[in-house]
Amino acid sequence: MSTETEVVPPRAKVTEIDTVVIRFVGDSGDGMQLTGTQFADTTALVGNDLATLPDFPAEIRAPAGTLAGVSGYQISFSSRDIKTPGDQPDVLVAMNPAALKTNIGDLEEGGILIVDTDAFTEGNLAKAGCKTNPLKDRSLTGFRVFDIPLTSLTLQAVAEAGLTGRQATRCKNFFALGLVFWLYERPVDYTREWIEKKFKDHEQMAKANTLALLAGYNYADTTEVFTNHFRVRKAQLLPGTYRKITGNEATATGFITAALLSGRPLFYGSYPITPASDVLHELSRFKNYPVKTFQAEDEISAIGAAIGASYGGALGLTGTSGPGVALKSEAIGLAVMTELPLVIANIQRGGPSTGLPTKTEQADLFQAVLGRNGECPVAVVAPATPADCFAMAIEAFRIATRFMTPVFFLSDGYLGNGAEPWKIPPKSELPELDVRFRTEQEGFQPYLRDPKTLARPWAVPGTPGLEHRIGGLEKEDVTGNVSYDPQNHEKMVRLRAEKIARIASDIPRVEVFGKDSGRVLVVGWGSTYGAITSAVEELQEKGRPVSSIHLRYLNPFPANLGDVLRRFEKVLVPELNLGQLSMLIRARYLVDAIGLNKVQGKPFRVSEITRAIEELLRG
Amino acid sequence: MPSGVDVKGPKPTRADFATDQTVRWCPGCGDYSILAQVQKVMPNLGVARENIVFVSGIGCSSRFPYYMNTYGFHSIHGRAPTIATGIKVSRPELSVWVVTGDGDGLSIGGNHLIHAMRRNLDIKILLFNNRIYGLTKGQYSPTSEFGKKTKSSPFGTAEQPINPLGVALASECTFVARSVDIDTQHLSSIIERAARHRGTAFIEIYQNCNIFNDGAFEDFVAREVRTDRMIQIEHGKPLVFGKERRKGIRLRGFHPEVVTIGESGVSESDLLVHDETPQEPALAYLLSRMSYPEYPVPVGVFYRADRPRYEEIVEQQSIQATARFGAGSIERLLDSGETYKVT
Repeated sequence: MSTETEVVPPRAKVTEIDTVVIRFVGDSGDGMQLTGTQFADTTALVGNDLATLPDFPAEIRAPAGTLAGVSGYQISFSSRDIKTPGDQPDVLVAMNPAALKTNIGDLEEGGILIVDTDAFTEGNLAKAGCKTNPLKDRSLTGFRVFDIPLTSLTLQAVAEAGLTGRQATRCKNFFALGLVFWLYERPVDYTREWIEKKFKDHEQMAKANTLALLAGYNYADTTEVFTNHFRVRKAQLLPGTYRKITGNEATATGFITAALLSGRPLFYGSYPITPASDVLHELSRFKNYPVKTFQAEDEISAIGAAIGASYGGALGLTGTSGPGVALKSEAIGLAVMTELPLVIANIQRGGPSTGLPTKTEQADLFQAVLGRNGECPVAVVAPATPADCFAMAIEAFRIATRFMTPVFFLSDGYLGNGAEPWKIPPKSELPELDVRFRTEQEGFQPYLRDPKTLARPWAVPGTPGLEHRIGGLEKEDVTGNVSYDPQNHEKMVRLRAEKIARIASDIPRVEVFGKDSGRVLVVGWGSTYGAITSAVEELQEKGRPVSSIHLRYLNPFPANLGDVLRRFEKVLVPELNLGQLSMLIRARYLVDAIGLNKVQGKPFRVSEITRAIEELLRG
Repeated sequence: MPSGVDVKGPKPTRADFATDQTVRWCPGCGDYSILAQVQKVMPNLGVARENIVFVSGIGCSSRFPYYMNTYGFHSIHGRAPTIATGIKVSRPELSVWVVTGDGDGLSIGGNHLIHAMRRNLDIKILLFNNRIYGLTKGQYSPTSEFGKKTKSSPFGTAEQPINPLGVALASECTFVARSVDIDTQHLSSIIERAARHRGTAFIEIYQNCNIFNDGAFEDFVAREVRTDRMIQIEHGKPLVFGKERRKGIRLRGFHPEVVTIGESGVSESDLLVHDETPQEPALAYLLSRMSYPEYPVPVGVFYRADRPRYEEIVEQQSIQATARFGAGSIERLLDSGETYKVT
């Protein structure tokens, strides 16, 4: 498709800036996720770097106009390389009083505020708990306020489409989007095409939404509400083909790629759960690929079927979030005992129990590393960014099949829903996945191990002469027969542990960002990569003696981790939990890791990390 | 033809399906007889040993796979249907069997059992019902009679037992049958019919636990009383039973009643004629609830239907999508979505 738009020569003044953070906020029925996604898609196509943070309530439609129903989508885009969706928005688009009230505190001093004045009715003000109308009580004087009757302008614009009043009102998000497109010199073409495709069976809706979009754009262009608009030049990205991708999309794409690379079909067993369901939705679309998806009756069935598929020779995969992992624990133990390859993707959310289903957290690390009965080691990997989910999904299956073991893939809601530009790797840069079944009868023993990896052979049903029985009872070394022998049990427990430990020699060493020794080392894992790296980069530019490492392998740890940790005076571990990685590091390396912990269902701000580092440097 | 058919090579014998493992059920356990019948039926099916998988959960019955010289998976409590589902969906050509018990299948694994049946995967489920927990030494099970005194119910249970066949019928299972461990001929014929059915086959097998619930079915399965207290139901035949074959079942409204042929003007033509393949499984449900002593206990195939198999539909969708969109490749996958070039 074309990304060229004929932008009318602007009469308004153009200001060049390098980074902008916009947050769209409204009722959960106002289409804010859609608006944000459309803005992000177009922003990727015009060549900016970007990072997004969707933030929505667990209720699908909380009572309209209430504080609980506010849904938001934040995007940061830039002409530079950026790693986070930004600490604070420069621009806030608020569709009602509740959205304004819950978000205004985050807006930068002097930031742009666009509000739909039509939504500031007495009723809506009361629902938001506003005693006075903030548009009139001078509480917004610190911001550049653009109060625009978005709803009535939308109604006028779409009148000719002949929708009902209710339907017409729902087009207002496209009006707002058109307005913001103008403000940041973005073309409307991509969204126009998207609308036509999306509503191809609903001509009226297609027409109305297009009218609203264009009306918003033209309103900004022709009225003199905005005296300024802003230019964010293309980012200096590495040459290549790109696409904007969310973490969950990258996860699904990575798992399918693993299937294609290994020549083994992917089997995905899953039960719907936020925020992992998108992986199921995504994988179930690829029916012309070697992919089968199974929406199970529950979490246990989802993993049971994945184990069965692995036993049959497929790449068995199950995906869920923390509460689902809790239900799967016993079956993970079965996969450890039967030594079958299996990947468990946990798109973490706030816990415990049902917790905060739509909010992000990293509090399932212990669950992944330790959360089972018995001595039950598994490998654990964690992607660092939305696009990195692709590489780590392949890596999870590489380890699972090479070592015949379950592997945890620890993503989270922030990574899963967040998006960034992804430089599509050429096929030649993808890893090899050399997966072989045992077929030779001579000398076959179900638990005879590879001397290097300690993996047992993968002997699948249908192979003549290799008929054998496996199960959850303790196995006799080599033969795999049931054994209650005390010495054998200890031997097998140690063998299973040793097998996982040996993965350390098969994974990359951890690389230090910055000098490889110094005052402070910041250690992160998972989705905190962007915030940590941005903070460390900022302080390094100021000459502060701080470096960072980011762990993508949590069990086993990279072989050189202990050495790296000891080369720094202080170790800071920022995590969205109460200190799980720091406890593992302390236990394993006897290093005084200091936690920086946050459990608010939100990612770190860069400033929170810089502040903590500065404090450590002072102390 | 059953899944996994392979007619090459010499026909295997019953002994080919036995393993070198010592069978560890208690002497006298009904499981021995069931194992013998399954091993006897296997060579008749024309399926090579390597194409057969036995999957089980936890409990005495679930040791079964260790004694079958096929592929076998002794899994975790109640989850055998889930493992079997994954095997069957990813490898539709295999012959997949589930061995479970009343606790494993109807208590801890009840959810999986009903969903496996409603999907109509081509798997065979043998549920050994001994109305007790044997492996954990004698607690009541979900099929134990109301008021039964056991280790965990010294004052009698307060629970109504579940009807396994009713569960199967309510789950839209396409082959629903019952047999008895000691009636070896009947049992082997039902197992063979189940194997040849295309779709989920569910067999409830009354099985005696001679240690913790000895004689649970003795009142009607004992050789000397069996013909009077049980009834073998057969497709298209009137429901007749008794040593003299003079007793039968007649339907009055929705109520089955025991009648004697030749008495009060009852002739054989008044009797209920069994239909395995009716439009609705109502009759099968009615029969499944007949219990001793009010009625003779029915065994046989209660209901069967022909419906598409889950794994076939899944396979079909892949074939259709591939025909429509072409086979996927890494390049196509990675370049899907809106891409743009940076130079």
